[in-house]
Amino acid sequence: MLGLTIQQIAYIFQGAGWTIILSLLGFVGGTVLGLPIALARSSNSKALRVASSLLVQFIQGVPLPVIMFVVYFGISIGGFEVPALVAAGLAMTLYSGAYLGEIWKGCIQAVPKTQWEAAECLALTPAQRFVYVVLPQALRIAIPPTVGFMVQIVKNTSYAVVINFFDLTYSAKVINNSTFMPFTVFTLAAAIYFAICFPMSVLAQRYERKLHRS
Amino acid sequence: MYEFDFSFLNDYMPDLIHGIWLTIGMTVASILPGFVLGTAVAVARLRGRPWVKRIATVYVEAIRNTPLIIQVFWLFFGLAALQVHIGPFAAAVIALVINVGAYTAEIMRAGFQSIPRGQLEAADCLALSPFQSLIQIEVPQAVERVYPALVSQFVLMMLATSIMSQISAEELTGVAYMIQSFTFRGFEVYLVIAVFYLGLASALRFVLMGLAEVSFPRRRRLRTPL
Amino acid sequence: MNEAAIPRIQSKDSPAMSGSSQPMVRFHNLRKSYGAVEVLKGIDLEVSSGQVVALIGRSGSGKSTALRCVNGLERFQAGELHVCGYDLSAKDLNLRNLRQDVGIVFQSYNLFPHLTVEQNVTLAPRKVKGVGHTEARELAKEVLAQVGLSDKVDAYPEQLSGGQQQRVAIARSLAMKPKLMLFDEVTSALDPELTGEVLRTIERLAADGMTMMLVTHEMAFARSVADQVVFMHQGRVWEAGPGDMLLDPQTVELRQFVGSGL
Repeated sequence: MLGLTIQQIAYIFQGAGWTIILSLLGFVGGTVLGLPIALARSSNSKALRVASSLLVQFIQGVPLPVIMFVVYFGISIGGFEVPALVAAGLAMTLYSGAYLGEIWKGCIQAVPKTQWEAAECLALTPAQRFVYVVLPQALRIAIPPTVGFMVQIVKNTSYAVVINFFDLTYSAKVINNSTFMPFTVFTLAAAIYFAICFPMSVLAQRYERKLHRS
Repeated sequence: MYEFDFSFLNDYMPDLIHGIWLTIGMTVASILPGFVLGTAVAVARLRGRPWVKRIATVYVEAIRNTPLIIQVFWLFFGLAALQVHIGPFAAAVIALVINVGAYTAEIMRAGFQSIPRGQLEAADCLALSPFQSLIQIEVPQAVERVYPALVSQFVLMMLATSIMSQISAEELTGVAYMIQSFTFRGFEVYLVIAVFYLGLASALRFVLMGLAEVSFPRRRRLRTPL
Repeated sequence: MNEAAIPRIQSKDSPAMSGSSQPMVRFHNLRKSYGAVEVLKGIDLEVSSGQVVALIGRSGSGKSTALRCVNGLERFQAGELHVCGYDLSAKDLNLRNLRQDVGIVFQSYNLFPHLTVEQNVTLAPRKVKGVGHTEARELAKEVLAQVGLSDKVDAYPEQLSGGQQQRVAIARSLAMKPKLMLFDEVTSALDPELTGEVLRTIERLAADGMTMMLVTHEMAFARSVADQVVFMHQGRVWEAGPGDMLLDPQTVELRQFVGSGL
């Protein structure tokens, strides 16, 4: 099929499986890190705002492959021999956390100030104001850009190839090295990435339009 | 306790500088063609005949929904398979232009759509040709409106050059890999490289924002922020 | 649509004509619809060289649409329209040539915000007519003096008041040396105190002999400046005549319109 053996195609799809796993790790990790970043970025404490902003600027100003390397070698100087999955997962967590935190900060700030004031007038505590009044509104605004960013996560897991993480990009590279059929192999890999990403892009656009209408 | 060792900075400075120049070279070479391609595609999506629109849409969606590195491999190894040898630098620049063109097209499309209809009507009524209207009226106004987004996109593109060592273009990240393989100081090397990229990203942002001061005299005169 | 060659039709039903040469603008039984809605139901109208014609009427009467047909901004389905020697129903009509002869000024000015006043004024002469740099500067000086804004050459539109912006828009049209100028409710977006300066500019142009068609809500202005006032109602020319016809309307509709305090 396509000039590739069943085994070779299976190998590529096996890589795709790890791409999905790393994407999920990146999204879950990014959420765990991104939420406190979003809160810190929109907090009343100046120290928290400055610190979180510096962290975000640092991660957004450094290429993801370099973050991959820093994490990979950083863990190993502690004397730990870790699988590439852990290093890649941590790097994706840092990367997604910074971007998601920034996106969500924007969503929290998009909730009108009057909503906070109204909640305050109902004698809610600051935590209650956030959880019951602001958060539900911010979540609605956050859905389209968050789904949109998931596309970035899936695409950017491909950078884990620099620390030899076995994913779709890596497996395609290996099969190309042995078959030297670059157009077939990389078109197949691109098609698989596209099949994962495009539906999410469409979904993000659709949510976006729905949000604009209401 | 781990002891940090940054002595490689002395020993490998010329290599590092060479890597930085290559990174800058790729970035600078890709920005203008990427912008022109993206603008042309945006115009094609807004004004083209149906089949032109369809091609432009397929291009934009195909690029935006697949990783850059796969596009780079496809192009680089594909050209090699066709016995076309243009070297890693040229291949990297072509891949970057094609990639950033798709993102620029989306940004510029939003820019064009934000121009009031009356502007185009006025240009028409002054007997400007559609092309004159595009160059004199629409592009300047669209760029002005989306300039910050364009700058962010080009900074991201600069950062993305870091994977070009995968096709043996020895840019900054490639040099770092070489140094760590000799010194076994991977952590320190990549920390330093990270700082270099931070510097490059700030510098690029600064230069592009400076360019805006020159390109948008009205902003300069009226002191309106972008 | 009509065939290209049309026999000349004598202006039997056109009011108040000087009757000398061929009119600069000639509508004959012009009809236009948007989908099923007919907005112009057979317009007959002539404007001869040097004449000022004011189109008045309620919103939706078709007056702006009729005006926009004159420089090809709106196409029509039936009838004839000749402007400055161009047949607007011709398939091979060169709109760019027509528009070099016909200037238009809009309600919303539509100045180019990224260009200075001078650049706004000289853009079309330079790009369309190939006028040289120094000549363009001279031209800008001349037309800006005509609208009384010689000191604003280097300003950007947003630095000007609405009235000043509208006068720059007039200068921008004048710079193309048009044979005919169209004004589409040019004072409707302006505060009352800024309306006067724009109207005075138009009056001066009229005194200089410019041929003009204007859609306006300023009745006193229409009466004083126009050689011919055309009252449009429900897509038709309902009543037409010299300015003083507003003092003595022949139809109920015009009486109501004039009486409604506009």
